[in-house]
Amino acid sequence: MSDRVNSLRTGPDESGHFGIFGGRFVAETLMPLVLDLEKAYEEAKKDPAFKKEMDYHLKHFVGRPSPLYFAERLTQHFGGAKIYFKREDLNHTGAHKVNNVLGQIMLAKRMKKPRVIAETGAGMHGVATATLCAKFGLQCVVFMGAVDVARQEPNVLRMRALGAEVRPVESGSKTLKDAMNEALRDWVTNVHDTFYCIGTVAGPHPYPAMVRDFQCVIGDETKSQIMEMEGRLPNALVACIGGGSNAMGLFHPFLDDRDVEIYGVEAAGHGLNKQHAASLAGGRPGVLHGNRTYLLMNEDGQIEEAHSISAGLDYPGIGPEHSWLHEIGRVKYLSATDDEALDAFQLCARMEGIIPALEPSHALAKLEQLARGKSKDHLIVVNMSGRGDKDLASVASYLNKKMSA
Amino acid sequence: MSALTRIDARYKELGREGRAGLVTFITGGDPDYDTSLAILKALPKAGADIIEVGVPFTDAMADGPPIQASSLRALAAGQSLKKTLAMVREFRKGDNTTPIVLMGYYNPIYIYGVDKFLKDAKEAGVDGLIVVDLPPEEDEELCLPAMKAGINFIRLATPTTDDKRLPAVLKNTSGFVYYVSIAGVSGAATPQTSNVIDAVARIKKHTNLPIAVGFGLKTPEHARSIAMGADAAVVGSALVEAVRTSLDEKGRATGKTVKAVTDLVAALAEGVRSARRKAAE
Repeated sequence: MSDRVNSLRTGPDESGHFGIFGGRFVAETLMPLVLDLEKAYEEAKKDPAFKKEMDYHLKHFVGRPSPLYFAERLTQHFGGAKIYFKREDLNHTGAHKVNNVLGQIMLAKRMKKPRVIAETGAGMHGVATATLCAKFGLQCVVFMGAVDVARQEPNVLRMRALGAEVRPVESGSKTLKDAMNEALRDWVTNVHDTFYCIGTVAGPHPYPAMVRDFQCVIGDETKSQIMEMEGRLPNALVACIGGGSNAMGLFHPFLDDRDVEIYGVEAAGHGLNKQHAASLAGGRPGVLHGNRTYLLMNEDGQIEEAHSISAGLDYPGIGPEHSWLHEIGRVKYLSATDDEALDAFQLCARMEGIIPALEPSHALAKLEQLARGKSKDHLIVVNMSGRGDKDLASVASYLNKKMSA
Repeated sequence: MSALTRIDARYKELGREGRAGLVTFITGGDPDYDTSLAILKALPKAGADIIEVGVPFTDAMADGPPIQASSLRALAAGQSLKKTLAMVREFRKGDNTTPIVLMGYYNPIYIYGVDKFLKDAKEAGVDGLIVVDLPPEEDEELCLPAMKAGINFIRLATPTTDDKRLPAVLKNTSGFVYYVSIAGVSGAATPQTSNVIDAVARIKKHTNLPIAVGFGLKTPEHARSIAMGADAAVVGSALVEAVRTSLDEKGRATGKTVKAVTDLVAALAEGVRSARRKAAE
């Protein structure tokens, strides 16, 4: 482990910046709330009781630790590297999102905010928020783009069953970015009683750092599990990136282990020269939703609509710390198209008996490149960030369309 | 800042007249460049004392449905920051006294390039900037360079800006302070006049700058009641709604569009001007 001076894990600075990225680009009405949250989080971090309670719920409610699973048949299939899955899909609510939501809802409770709002794309963050609000007895309102409401119906039903109100967002592209706009509009209107539970490592400081910290349980567990199973660190990590919280949670504990190669996989949609959601590959630095980061936009700085078959990756930005890790070159960012993700989805389901969500299917899609041809002792950990039940309808309709095309 | 801007001069003039001002907001390029320019040119005569020109942005996070929709109309008609600056330049050919404040979000300015933007804005005749998503914590981005370039950076103070925070908010503010009268998005709830008067008095304890009040003011009566306590009343959503309701079924400007806005501005101006008269009676 490198010393603190050379560590890549010390960010952000006091003003919330990772290099030039991050910051607090919010309306004045929200600024006092963001500062309050920062203070409350700093206090909670230092409070052993907070950590103890969190660990308890992570174990007994979420079901952690999640297994590190040897994907034997996929390993044989590619005939190269030894492939492991970090099974975040086995968490209660079916994805990594719950790790972060638990922390934030405990914080909401601590800050005595009776009402929680959240934005959601695929619905997994919405479901996790609805779940923990039910558990802790808080009111929950989830903003979800109307397009996503249609393509992720099972999650809408789950949220409603959990007692949350789901508000379809009809503005703009009617997807995740617009849900986030609408959540910010709600927050600015309900400043006194409302806690905004952001689902990814983006937004104004302290959200990117706070969400990352709550998700680091993924990488911390992976480290001790692989040490136990293999007696050494992996050679490579792979995770999909929308906002990038599952990836950051896996990557961050390994950032200072410079021999570990780290790969993030963005959604290339119909292709990088067509409509996609790969902010690093096809965007440039700009300011949106409270932070400076890579964004998809036109030459006038107007935000462009992203596209991905995966609702959870369908966002024209990325967490600011990823933008920084991209620029300093510590993490290599690749991309996978809709078609590649679908092929990986089917392959994984049939070879491993695990139906992955479309989001981690993008990470699985890069195994061809990252695992084939590698030696048998080359260890790769893929973050299986969520399960794919929610995607079955959209996968079926996509495949039908393709067959009839 | 050394030289007086058009904003400073206008508030001095209002002080001499003993009345509050009317600040009108329109979105640049809504519903199209030419109609928007015609509205802009007609505003001073209709009674606008200061004009805010909205720089349209795809993701107007602090705005309610009226201004969101007007931004999207302008963008659909091909508006850009460059064209908004061109509008101001055109306007200045016929009016060298009415202050123009550009209002919007940071990303289009950041992408344009801060230094180039400030130079072009100054040359076009822009007097002030209101950038919603640049709180004092981000002053180095645009506020300090704008001050250096001789452009007022007008800060928003809100109901959540308490006495402890006010000094930070006011520190690098110039021209005037824009008090956002409600916690919420533009064009939503209408503020309670008494709350607004209290808030203005509270801010006045911290600054000598004029205070304009906006968000949720829709009618001449609202404008009048706000003008009793503040240095200016800001109306925006109601004006872009006047644009919207004047459009034909395909969303194009009609012969009624410019007049729909100027009629409302004239009524609002009468409301504002009658405030002190009424108070004096």
